Amino acid sequence: MKLSEIARILESEFLTGENKKDVDFHYCRGCDLMSDVLAAFADGSVFLTGLVTIQAVRTASISGAGAIVFVRNKKPSADIVALAREEDIPLLVTPLTMFVSCGRLYEGGLTGVNGNR
Amino acid sequence: MPVIHKSYHVTKNDFIHAGEASIHVKNLLKSLNYDSDLVRRVAICGYEAEMNLVMHGGDGELSVDVSQSKVVIEVTDKGPGIADVELAMQEGYSTAKDEYREMGFGAGMGLPNIKKNSDEMTISSEPGSGTHVTMVFFCKG
Repeated sequence: MKLSEIARILESEFLTGENKKDVDFHYCRGCDLMSDVLAAFADGSVFLTGLVTIQAVRTASISGAGAIVFVRNKKPSADIVALAREEDIPLLVTPLTMFVSCGRLYEGGLTGVNGNR
Repeated sequence: MPVIHKSYHVTKNDFIHAGEASIHVKNLLKSLNYDSDLVRRVAICGYEAEMNLVMHGGDGELSVDVSQSKVVIEVTDKGPGIADVELAMQEGYSTAKDEYREMGFGAGMGLPNIKKNSDEMTISSEPGSGTHVTMVFFCKG
Protein backbone atom coordinates (compact mmCIF):
# COMPACT_ATOMS: atom_id res chain seq x y z
CA MET A 1 0.00 0.00 0.00
CA LYS A 2 1.42 3.37 -0.98
CA LEU A 3 2.01 5.92 1.76
CA SER A 4 -0.45 8.27 0.05
CA GLU A 5 -3.14 5.58 0.43
CA ILE A 6 -2.23 5.05 4.08
CA ALA A 7 -2.58 8.81 4.61
CA ARG A 8 -5.99 8.79 2.92
CA ILE A 9 -7.29 5.78 4.87
CA LEU A 10 -6.16 7.32 8.16
CA GLU A 11 -7.51 10.77 7.29
CA SER A 12 -4.07 12.03 8.18
CA GLU A 13 -1.88 14.95 7.22
CA PHE A 14 1.81 14.92 6.37
CA LEU A 15 4.06 16.92 8.67
CA THR A 16 7.12 15.96 6.64
CA GLY A 17 8.05 13.37 4.03
CA GLU A 18 5.30 13.93 1.47
CA ASN A 19 7.94 13.31 -1.20
CA LYS A 20 7.75 9.63 -0.18
CA LYS A 21 4.00 9.31 -0.79
CA ASP A 22 4.58 6.75 -3.55
CA VAL A 23 6.70 4.41 -1.38
CA ASP A 24 5.05 1.00 -0.83
CA PHE A 25 4.46 -0.37 2.66
CA HIS A 26 3.59 -3.97 3.50
CA TYR A 27 3.80 -4.10 7.30
CA CYS A 28 2.42 -2.14 10.22
CA ARG A 29 3.23 -1.91 13.89
CA GLY A 30 1.15 -0.09 16.50
CA CYS A 31 3.17 0.33 19.68
CA ASP A 32 3.99 2.74 22.48
CA LEU A 33 6.76 0.62 23.96
CA MET A 34 10.00 1.52 22.22
CA SER A 35 11.90 -1.58 23.36
CA ASP A 36 9.18 -3.72 21.75
CA VAL A 37 9.74 -1.85 18.51
CA LEU A 38 13.48 -2.47 18.78
CA ALA A 39 12.94 -6.18 19.46
CA ALA A 40 12.11 -6.91 15.81
CA PHE A 41 13.35 -5.49 12.53
CA ALA A 42 10.79 -3.39 10.77
CA ASP A 43 12.01 -2.61 7.28
CA GLY A 44 9.19 -1.46 5.05
CA SER A 45 6.81 -0.89 7.93
CA VAL A 46 4.65 1.99 9.02
CA PHE A 47 4.94 2.68 12.74
CA LEU A 48 1.82 3.87 14.58
CA THR A 49 2.30 5.33 18.03
CA GLY A 50 0.72 7.62 20.57
CA LEU A 51 4.09 8.38 22.10
CA VAL A 52 5.08 11.76 20.75
CA THR A 53 8.73 12.07 21.74
CA ILE A 54 12.02 12.56 19.97
CA GLN A 55 12.83 8.96 20.94
CA ALA A 56 9.93 7.71 18.83
CA VAL A 57 11.73 9.11 15.77
CA ARG A 58 15.10 7.69 16.82
CA THR A 59 13.47 4.31 17.50
CA ALA A 60 11.89 4.37 14.04
CA SER A 61 15.22 5.24 12.45
CA ILE A 62 17.11 2.51 14.26
CA SER A 63 14.48 -0.20 13.75
CA GLY A 64 14.15 0.63 10.06
CA ALA A 65 10.55 1.83 10.09
CA GLY A 66 9.74 3.73 6.92
CA ALA A 67 7.12 6.12 8.26
CA ILE A 68 5.59 7.24 11.57
CA VAL A 69 1.93 8.03 12.21
CA PHE A 70 1.05 9.75 15.48
CA VAL A 71 -2.47 8.70 16.52
CA ARG A 72 -5.20 10.54 18.46
CA ASN A 73 -4.27 13.82 16.80
CA LYS A 74 -1.10 14.18 18.84
CA LYS A 75 0.99 16.94 17.32
CA PRO A 76 4.77 16.71 17.69
CA SER A 77 6.94 19.70 18.53
CA ALA A 78 9.07 21.39 15.88
CA ASP A 79 12.27 19.63 17.00
CA ILE A 80 10.61 16.21 16.54
CA VAL A 81 9.50 17.14 13.02
CA ALA A 82 12.98 18.49 12.28
CA LEU A 83 14.63 15.24 13.38
CA ALA A 84 12.23 13.18 11.23
CA ARG A 85 13.09 15.40 8.27
CA GLU A 86 16.81 14.94 9.00
CA GLU A 87 16.35 11.16 9.25
CA ASP A 88 14.25 11.20 6.07
CA ILE A 89 11.28 9.55 7.80
CA PRO A 90 7.78 10.72 6.80
CA LEU A 91 5.71 11.93 9.74
CA LEU A 92 1.91 11.91 9.70
CA VAL A 93 -0.79 12.73 12.23
CA THR A 94 -4.20 11.07 12.30
CA PRO A 95 -7.24 12.03 14.40
CA LEU A 96 -8.10 8.32 14.68
CA THR A 97 -7.33 6.15 17.68
CA MET A 98 -4.68 3.43 17.62
CA PHE A 99 -7.40 0.73 17.46
CA VAL A 100 -9.25 2.24 14.53
CA SER A 101 -6.04 3.13 12.69
CA CYS A 102 -4.74 -0.44 12.95
CA GLY A 103 -8.14 -1.80 11.94
CA ARG A 104 -8.31 0.31 8.81
CA LEU A 105 -4.77 -0.60 7.72
CA TYR A 106 -5.43 -4.29 8.41
CA GLU A 107 -8.57 -4.08 6.29
CA GLY A 108 -6.46 -2.42 3.60
CA GLY A 109 -4.14 -5.43 3.45
CA LEU A 110 -1.18 -4.58 5.68
CA THR A 111 0.25 -7.31 7.92
CA GLY A 112 2.14 -7.24 11.21
CA VAL A 113 5.92 -6.88 10.98
CA ASN A 114 6.21 -10.67 11.27
CA GLY A 115 3.92 -11.08 8.26
CA ASN A 116 0.97 -12.36 10.31
CA ARG A 117 -2.65 -11.38 9.75
CA MET B 1 41.32 -1.34 6.57
CA PRO B 2 42.55 0.47 9.69
CA VAL B 3 40.43 0.20 12.83
CA ILE B 4 38.12 3.19 13.22
CA HIS B 5 37.60 4.24 16.82
CA LYS B 6 34.82 6.54 17.99
CA SER B 7 33.86 7.50 21.51
CA TYR B 8 30.76 9.27 22.79
CA HIS B 9 29.85 10.71 26.17
CA VAL B 10 26.32 9.90 27.32
CA THR B 11 24.72 12.06 30.01
CA LYS B 12 22.36 10.84 32.72
CA ASN B 13 18.70 11.82 32.21
CA ASP B 14 19.44 13.45 28.83
CA PHE B 15 16.52 12.02 26.86
CA ILE B 16 16.77 14.70 24.22
CA HIS B 17 20.16 13.55 22.95
CA ALA B 18 19.94 9.86 23.88
CA GLY B 19 20.36 7.79 20.76
CA GLU B 20 22.46 10.30 18.83
CA ALA B 21 25.61 8.20 19.25
CA SER B 22 23.91 5.06 17.91
CA ILE B 23 22.48 6.88 14.92
CA HIS B 24 25.96 8.30 14.25
CA VAL B 25 27.44 4.77 14.39
CA LYS B 26 24.66 3.45 12.15
CA ASN B 27 25.34 6.14 9.55
CA LEU B 28 29.10 5.49 9.75
CA LEU B 29 28.64 1.76 9.09
CA LYS B 30 26.19 2.45 6.27
CA SER B 31 28.68 4.83 4.66
CA LEU B 32 31.30 2.06 4.84
CA ASN B 33 28.86 -0.35 3.11
CA TYR B 34 28.58 -2.83 5.97
CA ASP B 35 25.86 -5.48 5.67
CA SER B 36 22.45 -3.95 6.47
CA ASP B 37 21.59 -6.70 8.96
CA LEU B 38 24.81 -6.03 10.90
CA VAL B 39 24.21 -2.27 10.79
CA ARG B 40 20.72 -2.75 12.22
CA ARG B 41 21.90 -5.07 15.00
CA VAL B 42 24.71 -2.71 16.00
CA ALA B 43 22.34 0.27 16.02
CA ILE B 44 19.73 -1.51 18.15
CA CYS B 45 22.27 -2.69 20.72
CA GLY B 46 23.98 0.69 20.88
CA TYR B 47 20.67 2.45 21.32
CA GLU B 48 19.49 0.13 24.09
CA ALA B 49 22.85 0.59 25.83
CA GLU B 50 22.61 4.36 25.49
CA MET B 51 19.13 4.35 27.01
CA ASN B 52 20.41 2.22 29.88
CA LEU B 53 23.14 4.79 30.52
CA VAL B 54 20.63 7.64 30.47
CA MET B 55 18.16 5.84 32.76
CA HIS B 56 20.38 3.90 35.13
CA GLY B 57 24.06 4.42 34.59
CA GLY B 58 24.79 7.98 35.40
CA ASP B 59 27.19 9.61 33.00
CA GLY B 60 29.04 7.10 30.87
CA GLU B 61 30.97 6.40 27.69
CA LEU B 62 30.02 4.46 24.60
CA SER B 63 32.91 3.58 22.32
CA VAL B 64 32.98 1.67 19.07
CA ASP B 65 35.81 0.00 17.18
CA VAL B 66 35.10 -0.82 13.56
CA SER B 67 37.35 -3.19 11.64
CA GLN B 68 36.94 -5.31 8.55
CA SER B 69 36.05 -8.44 10.51
CA LYS B 70 34.00 -7.09 13.43
CA VAL B 71 32.41 -4.20 15.24
CA VAL B 72 32.93 -3.90 18.99
CA ILE B 73 30.92 -1.62 21.26
CA GLU B 74 32.01 -0.97 24.83
CA VAL B 75 29.81 0.84 27.32
CA THR B 76 31.13 1.94 30.69
CA ASP B 77 29.43 3.91 33.43
CA LYS B 78 30.04 4.99 36.97
CA GLY B 79 26.46 4.41 38.06
CA PRO B 80 25.13 2.37 40.97
CA GLY B 81 25.92 -0.96 39.31
CA ILE B 82 23.68 -4.02 39.05
CA ALA B 83 23.11 -6.10 42.17
CA ASP B 84 22.02 -9.26 40.32
CA VAL B 85 23.22 -9.40 36.71
CA GLU B 86 21.49 -12.72 36.03
CA LEU B 87 18.16 -11.24 37.13
CA ALA B 88 18.76 -8.07 35.08
CA MET B 89 19.24 -10.21 31.96
CA GLN B 90 15.74 -11.66 32.30
CA GLU B 91 13.19 -10.16 29.95
CA GLY B 92 10.67 -8.06 31.86
CA TYR B 93 12.83 -7.40 34.92
CA SER B 94 13.35 -3.69 35.42
CA THR B 95 14.18 -1.17 38.11
CA ALA B 96 13.29 1.80 35.89
CA LYS B 97 11.30 4.69 37.29
CA ASP B 98 7.75 5.34 36.07
CA GLU B 99 8.87 8.47 34.19
CA TYR B 100 11.09 6.31 31.98
CA ARG B 101 8.29 3.81 31.37
CA GLU B 102 6.02 6.65 30.29
CA MET B 103 8.57 7.43 27.59
CA GLY B 104 8.37 3.90 26.21
CA PHE B 105 11.47 2.47 27.88
CA GLY B 106 12.28 0.70 31.11
CA ALA B 107 10.26 -2.43 30.38
CA GLY B 108 13.12 -4.77 31.14
CA MET B 109 13.95 -5.52 27.52
CA GLY B 110 17.16 -3.55 27.01
CA LEU B 111 19.75 -6.11 28.08
CA PRO B 112 17.82 -9.06 26.57
CA ASN B 113 17.57 -7.14 23.28
CA ILE B 114 21.34 -6.55 23.37
CA LYS B 115 22.00 -10.24 24.02
CA LYS B 116 19.65 -11.26 21.21
CA ASN B 117 21.14 -8.91 18.61
CA SER B 118 24.87 -9.21 19.37
CA ASP B 119 27.13 -12.15 18.51
CA GLU B 120 28.94 -11.93 21.85
CA MET B 121 28.01 -10.00 24.95
CA THR B 122 29.75 -9.72 28.28
CA ILE B 123 28.58 -7.72 31.24
CA SER B 124 30.37 -7.04 34.50
CA SER B 125 28.98 -5.04 37.35
CA GLU B 126 29.22 -4.63 41.07
CA PRO B 127 26.96 -2.50 43.25
CA GLY B 128 28.66 0.84 43.76
CA SER B 129 31.27 0.41 41.06
CA GLY B 130 29.41 0.87 37.79
CA THR B 131 28.79 -1.42 34.85
CA HIS B 132 30.81 -2.46 31.82
CA VAL B 133 29.17 -4.05 28.78
CA THR B 134 31.00 -5.33 25.71
CA MET B 135 29.18 -6.31 22.52
CA VAL B 136 30.81 -7.92 19.50
CA PHE B 137 29.31 -8.20 16.02
CA PHE B 138 31.11 -10.33 13.44
CA CYS B 139 31.00 -9.38 9.78
CA LYS B 140 29.86 -12.02 7.32
CA GLY B 141 32.41 -13.53 4.98
